[in-house]
Amino acid sequence: MARRKFQEINAGSMADIAFLLLIFFLVTTTMDIDKGLNRILPPKLITEEKPPVIKERNVFVVLLNDKNQLLVEGEIVELSNLREETKEFIANPKRLKTLPEFTEKEIRILGRMQVSKQITSLQNDRGTSYETYIAVQNELAAAYNELRDDMAIKEFGEPYKQLVKNKKLPGNSAKIDAIRKAIPQRISEAEPS
Amino acid sequence: MTKFKKQKKDSPGISTASLPDIVFMLLFFFMVTTVMREVTLQVKIVKPTATEIAKLEHKSLVSYIYVGPPIKGLLDKLGPEPRMQLNDAFAEIDEIGEFVVSEREKIDEKEVGKQTFSLKVDTEVKMGIISDIKMELREAQALKINYSTRKGEVLTK
Repeated sequence: MARRKFQEINAGSMADIAFLLLIFFLVTTTMDIDKGLNRILPPKLITEEKPPVIKERNVFVVLLNDKNQLLVEGEIVELSNLREETKEFIANPKRLKTLPEFTEKEIRILGRMQVSKQITSLQNDRGTSYETYIAVQNELAAAYNELRDDMAIKEFGEPYKQLVKNKKLPGNSAKIDAIRKAIPQRISEAEPS
Repeated sequence: MTKFKKQKKDSPGISTASLPDIVFMLLFFFMVTTVMREVTLQVKIVKPTATEIAKLEHKSLVSYIYVGPPIKGLLDKLGPEPRMQLNDAFAEIDEIGEFVVSEREKIDEKEVGKQTFSLKVDTEVKMGIISDIKMELREAQALKINYSTRKGEVLTK
């Protein structure tokens, strides 16, 4: 009986096929993970409803003109100094009468805390460049985050950034929540002039 | 006389049998780590840099609004003025309302509150157009937004 010899399938072109697929995926897909600054827009005002009155001492007014210059609480400020100014306003360490008020609040884990009533208002001109606007937004957010870091180190021995990074770890999300309640990030984007 | 055999040293060719495996491995790596490109960009976007950034989670709940000057091929026709792109085409500012409604229909009703609109804007753009877009978004009750940025130091001039 004649033994039939198996004919092997030539796998030489397999690599070519795989390369073809690989190149197809390289071209049609993107790798960038989306990152950015998250913000909540203020809800649309119903005309009859008056906006809530906020005391002037509680508002940190940042104005940005079409030449990308900053006016903070009535004074011209360089972008590099904005972070420190904002931090001082939010924290109000000496409890000055001109800086924001505090209220006592019960916060889980942290207990009774003095929470600042501050609010940051950022108003820009139609001619302001987007790059500067984002830079200012970033500096304001950085001021809040640095204060949160300080508090988190004091209370939990770990910076806020680290907590957010490891938020999947047990207990961390409650800690993040507590810090956020103690130093709420309130950045209001006013309508442009 | 000894016969010196000329030793033919035939070097064995490198086996390419494992080449497909290697390429497949690469292929799977790219398939897993990347996402399909959804739109063809018609505007040039160089994102600004920021340090205090957060990752955008739940990709399916994110819709994009692109703003920037038209790409090179379209510059002659449209001029360098920044324009807004929704999905695959240029759009006017007042079309945002419709866009928000159509994006809302795509997702589960329960998750409408989590829907985020990500603004991908070129650094050169002026805030006027951005303010108009934000006003339209407010009008349409789409309040969660994200300014898309790259990670990097902010120039503090």
